[in-house]
Amino acid sequence: MEKNTEIELRLLIEAIYLKYSYDFRDYSGASIKRRVNHALSQFECTTISALQEKVLHDPAAFMQLLQLLTIPVSEMFRDPSHFLAIRREVVPLLKTYPSIKIWIAGCSTGEEVYSMAILLREEGLLDRTIIYATDINPRSLDKAKQGIFSMESVRAYTHNYQQAGGQGSFAEYYTAAYGYAIFDKTLCENVTFADHSLATDSVFSETQLISCRNVLIYFNKKLQDRAFGLFHDSLCHRGFLVLGSKETLDFSSYGNQFEPLVKQERVYRKS
Amino acid sequence: MNSAADLPSIEAIVIGASAGGVEALLNILGSLREGFKLPIIVVLHLPDVRRSHLVEVFARRVAMPVREACDKTLVEAGTLYFAAPGYHLSVEQDRSFSLSLEARVHYSRPAIDYLFESAADAYGSTLAAVLLTGANRDGARGLAQVKRRGGMTIVQDPDEAQVATMPRAALDIHQPDHILPIRGIGRLLVELERIAC
Repeated sequence: MEKNTEIELRLLIEAIYLKYSYDFRDYSGASIKRRVNHALSQFECTTISALQEKVLHDPAAFMQLLQLLTIPVSEMFRDPSHFLAIRREVVPLLKTYPSIKIWIAGCSTGEEVYSMAILLREEGLLDRTIIYATDINPRSLDKAKQGIFSMESVRAYTHNYQQAGGQGSFAEYYTAAYGYAIFDKTLCENVTFADHSLATDSVFSETQLISCRNVLIYFNKKLQDRAFGLFHDSLCHRGFLVLGSKETLDFSSYGNQFEPLVKQERVYRKS
Repeated sequence: MNSAADLPSIEAIVIGASAGGVEALLNILGSLREGFKLPIIVVLHLPDVRRSHLVEVFARRVAMPVREACDKTLVEAGTLYFAAPGYHLSVEQDRSFSLSLEARVHYSRPAIDYLFESAADAYGSTLAAVLLTGANRDGARGLAQVKRRGGMTIVQDPDEAQVATMPRAALDIHQPDHILPIRGIGRLLVELERIAC
């Protein structure tokens, strides 16, 4: 039984890659297995093979499955002390550049993008910054572009924002209506949302700062290293890389190509 | 309890605990001698905190090295690991840890089910899983999965548990290999280590 499941899971991942070019082959196995099992109940399939047949022949079904395979949980100013470290340690150095390019890799539904844009506006840098916000999930990117979040979650973000050294009132950045907060469109004037895969695509621009938070935990070591390679190639001399609170360069072959600037907050700088 | 001759050879121990769990864990783990060689991986529910002090607290009271389980690091023998607050913890086929921010399970992240189900896949019949005191239903499904993969399951005697809900929820859906009080669990872990190492 279990042997069959392992085989079917590998075949499903391979089929998705061959048909749709989404590459989950080097994702962490336990998490993918759990999400596929969850998808089985959502699709009312009894076996992974049945699910494979469905998504192979029906692109709409695949798009539905993709929503279950990617993890869209995020929050604004998640880990406030991380954003405080960016404000205090990274921003003063970013200010020395005449123009700034920032890549937010795996931006999901946009929470990290709006957090970064708000921070940059308060530091007077947003006007001379271009932000590339990339993700593999087109529906997440659409949601990120819309910039509409439930008021319930925005209340939690407000607390984070204040702890992250926010200088104004968080409510200045959105308009509340019908239980939702619609974020200020001017925050995204210089944001380019784009489809990009850390597993299959290559570098597209030179950047001064890359933020990739809580994305690498879903990758195995090999894929993590591919991503670090892309970041290394994209970053300018002495550029900054910031990661999620449980992600580290310590075990990567790129570990010695970066130095920790604020280790506790996962802020690194290209050596 | 089975006689020692009936006990299987175990490679790793996973433990889940919730309300009342710190005290129960200190009782069990505090009794293990220095040089205990099996890895022990623990999910303990805590109120929502970004940083926990579990590692410091247990390092003072337990003879084994104590660490937070870090993403992509290999499970090492003779080490006590705690799941990081706010993240699910799993063990991969290659016996390395992975973290995840998937949705909460039973309102919990880390969830005991998440660790148990992944460790059941990774270790199969060489896993021992222990479910202790707690006020919710987390761990019951995970324990059943450990059994399906041939592992050993141990539930704290609900009559002795500080909060009996979690052990009872497990007993509702699963007949474990052992139902034991805290002291008996400690003794069983010692015996499992003696056989394995």
